[in-house]
Amino acid sequence: MSEMIYSVPASLTEAVQQLAVPGAALLAGGTDLLIQLRGGRPVPPNLVDLKKIPELQLIEIGPDSIRIGAGVTGIQITDHAELTSLMPGFVEGVGLIGSTQVQGRATPIGNLCNGSPAADSVPAMIAADAVCEIIGREGSRELPVGDFLTGPGRHCLKVGEFVVALRFPRPRTNQSDAYLRFIPRTEMDLAVAGAAVNLILKNTDSGPIVADAKVVIGGVAPTALTVDDAAQALIGTSLDDAALLAAGAASTAAARPISDKRGTAQYRKKIVAVLTRRAAQVAFDRAAQQLHGSND
Amino acid sequence: MNSPKSDLPNYKYVGTRSIRPDGVDKVTGRAQFGADVSLPNMVHGQVLRSTIAHGRIRSINIDKAMAVDGVLAIITAADMPDIERRMVPLGEQQADIRDVADNVMARDKVLYHGQPVAAIAATSLAAGAQALELIEVDYEPLPVVIDLDAAQADNATLLHDEQITMTMAGPVENPVPTNVAFYMPLAKGDVAAGFEQADVIVENSFETATVHQGYIEPHATLVDAQIDGRTRVWTSTQGPFLFRTLIAGVLDISVSELQVIPTEIGGGFGGKLSVYLEPLAVVLSRRCSRPVKMVMSREDVLRASGPASASRIWVKIGARYDGTLVAIQAKLEFEAGAFKGSPVVPAVMTMFASYKMEHLLLEGYDVVVNKPKASAYRAPGAPQAAFAGEALLDELALKLNMDPIDLRLKNAVDEGDRAVYGPAFGPIGLKQALQAVKSHSWYDAPLAANQGRGMAVGFWFNVGMQSSASVRINEDGAVTVVTGSVDVGGSRASMALFAAEELGVPPEKIQALVGNTKTIGYCDTTGGSRTTFATGLAVVEASRKAVIELRNRAAMTWELDVEQVSWQNGQAIDLSGSNPPLALAEITAKAGHTGGPVGGDAQINAPHAGPGFGVQLCDVEVDPETGYTKILRYLVVQDVGKAIHPSYVEGQLQGGAVQGIGMSLNEEYLYNADGVLDDPGFLDYRVPVASDVPMIETHLIEVPHPPHPYGVRGVGETPIVPPMAAVTSAISHAIGKRVTQVPMSPPRLLSLIDGD
Repeated sequence: MSEMIYSVPASLTEAVQQLAVPGAALLAGGTDLLIQLRGGRPVPPNLVDLKKIPELQLIEIGPDSIRIGAGVTGIQITDHAELTSLMPGFVEGVGLIGSTQVQGRATPIGNLCNGSPAADSVPAMIAADAVCEIIGREGSRELPVGDFLTGPGRHCLKVGEFVVALRFPRPRTNQSDAYLRFIPRTEMDLAVAGAAVNLILKNTDSGPIVADAKVVIGGVAPTALTVDDAAQALIGTSLDDAALLAAGAASTAAARPISDKRGTAQYRKKIVAVLTRRAAQVAFDRAAQQLHGSND
Repeated sequence: MNSPKSDLPNYKYVGTRSIRPDGVDKVTGRAQFGADVSLPNMVHGQVLRSTIAHGRIRSINIDKAMAVDGVLAIITAADMPDIERRMVPLGEQQADIRDVADNVMARDKVLYHGQPVAAIAATSLAAGAQALELIEVDYEPLPVVIDLDAAQADNATLLHDEQITMTMAGPVENPVPTNVAFYMPLAKGDVAAGFEQADVIVENSFETATVHQGYIEPHATLVDAQIDGRTRVWTSTQGPFLFRTLIAGVLDISVSELQVIPTEIGGGFGGKLSVYLEPLAVVLSRRCSRPVKMVMSREDVLRASGPASASRIWVKIGARYDGTLVAIQAKLEFEAGAFKGSPVVPAVMTMFASYKMEHLLLEGYDVVVNKPKASAYRAPGAPQAAFAGEALLDELALKLNMDPIDLRLKNAVDEGDRAVYGPAFGPIGLKQALQAVKSHSWYDAPLAANQGRGMAVGFWFNVGMQSSASVRINEDGAVTVVTGSVDVGGSRASMALFAAEELGVPPEKIQALVGNTKTIGYCDTTGGSRTTFATGLAVVEASRKAVIELRNRAAMTWELDVEQVSWQNGQAIDLSGSNPPLALAEITAKAGHTGGPVGGDAQINAPHAGPGFGVQLCDVEVDPETGYTKILRYLVVQDVGKAIHPSYVEGQLQGGAVQGIGMSLNEEYLYNADGVLDDPGFLDYRVPVASDVPMIETHLIEVPHPPHPYGVRGVGETPIVPPMAAVTSAISHAIGKRVTQVPMSPPRLLSLIDGD
């Protein structure tokens, strides 16, 4: 019978040492790992629990950036009022993972590193230009979240490396985001498709228009996809119907979905357009409200 | 016993919402479910399951697996008796015990992916798992018969070379080997002549998917085969006596060798009326002289237990302009799974049981396919049949430009009418239920764009059968009630309420327990919505015997004739007025001096169960861009006879409706072309979660059922019958197209909306 050493490092240095064992696995919330072990994943020789490292438990909101540690749970994020007002789309993505109980354990960074193409917190991370802070035996490095994932369950981490924190540029006052996903139920499910839209607005005489945009879709390719054509379709518009339709069509065109038990490729291509349009509208309304508020 | 209280008397305890007796144990985790029972020296049994859906077993080699450290025994069909084919009664149904045995352990052929081919007992789960991988099975694969069409095609591959089509009266004329195991016609009048009288004719074909009962607790058992030949079996079952019959039949032993002890049960819905692990655990325990525990994974549960039949039903209805039904014809094809015995017979019988009709021809076909053997699921067969029948009635109402409830009222059966399948109905509440829905404020509530409303009727026979109960009164006046009925739906609370009412003792002083096959008399299964009716009758009878005994003891104490003593509010009353009342506890405290312990036992066979009728109303909103259906409002109205514990009755109505909503929207077995299930987990086999449904509103109609002293009729099964027709009719009205297939999952609905 295979045996497993369970380690609880108190510092990053200790964690790096304990992770140096080939095949070692990280435990944050464990909401993916424990299910995978039950489902037959080989038992790791060393399981390193990150929950007792104090600096990984922090949410730091600074003047230029926002930093979220690897041990921060979904509930800590969804309960965080300032974070919710700054990045409502990212927070709502986190709030869609599993159920309330699952969110009490699960971490967004775990959601990222699990590498599911359907991960609900990831598209909004990419749309917000989040960066992974990575540590390993050879020191620290950084990688944009958009470059971190290489395929289903696969990412750029080398043996012994792990993601310490996510860092987001602090959104501007005329900026907001939204994430929508489709599931056949209301919770406890995996996204058939998802779309995150992050918009920066500017005021014009005829009202607010989109100054900059980022559109990221999930569940429709091996990793979340940034759809530049969809963003371009939105930039410079006041989000009229033509712009929304064009953005949706761009998402459909970019999507490379498979047909599986959660939906056909054709279905996914159809609804990713709907989700893109609807998320864009929500993000626009949120940013416009802020723009309006800041003008008061 | 023969005094029906049909004037709805005011009971003191019956009809109250007493605290559920199992609640504290369940919320504190103290309740002992199947997998929670353990014994010293226990070892772990595991099953090797077929990796193909259809094939012959050429050979099985266990040598390498036996060499694994910790492995104590490995068995295959060669280690089990090669029993004769014979039918054994299973309460309301019967089973071919040879099929049961082959389903428990494949012999010669495997008929579905996941069918057991070997079982192992080892000192650890890890050793057993390692050994399972070393068992070598050589299969000769055969073409996979994946659905009704493949099974009935010309030159179809046969699952069972000897199988011919049977009917109630024996084999069909000129029988040939076939995958159609049973043909069930139900005919009345002249259906061709009936259609000639019709002003309007509608017809359509409907399909339902294979679905699972979805009980939360996987199958689990612990078996201790002792050296003196006695064998104890702990298991999660709806019927300990049924399991005793099945285990004894499969192993060709006497039922009296077995003591089957039902554990707390985490859901059954009909799915825990079949043995899977128990006979294997008995053989393994005998082999290694150790207690053997076996627990299914969720994947095993979905691949190899349950499920409920997929079906295809074509139906044609003829009516006059005034809505009078004049002729109905239908063809019902049900997938039985690997072995005969789908519930197509009750499907045929229930399909139009709610309506009067002169000309009718319903034909049912039981078809074997390479999927797990279908098991009972809450009102077996009736939900599929009602989906087709009620959805087409909805279509007929549209065509007649008639209110769908008025159409039903025009044709609904009432007291004295004969059911299409034979007997005449006693007092029933179908028309009251229809009126209650029609007069509900929701029925006329305005609907917005993309919203729709649907209603449907459901019927289930309900059964009575055999039950035993023992009522024992302790020295302190508290009462123990033991029955052989497993509590899946609140029966312990109801049994306590019956005893409370009869004895005049508050329910909190009564503990109702579930016995085992050696501690209580024979009891048929908890199924058929029979427990509150039949086992309740046994508890009432046992309580009344105890009351007679209590009056005797008081009479003895007072030196009076027993006729001068009455029993009221938990005390003996001297009718002559010479003595103050004697409380129950005062009598039982002295029982040792007045003749010994006080109690009563009853063993009964309850005939004449009361049929159950229900009507459900559903409002939905469809997202036309994603195909997502949201249930906005859901109303369940049912004639429940008498609600002994109204909260549990409401729970039954809500639970049945939610299971039906699940079948309507997302629940579906997805098989690939090789006959391998692609969604063997609750992530992709999507039962509704709590947030998927609104609070299901219930409305209880109480038309007492006269043969029962409290007017009880079964309530648990009827509520799962109408939902598929109610939900899909609502969706049909929302999108303007008829839904003929369930589940109407979002991708399927979007295709229908878009006309792909």
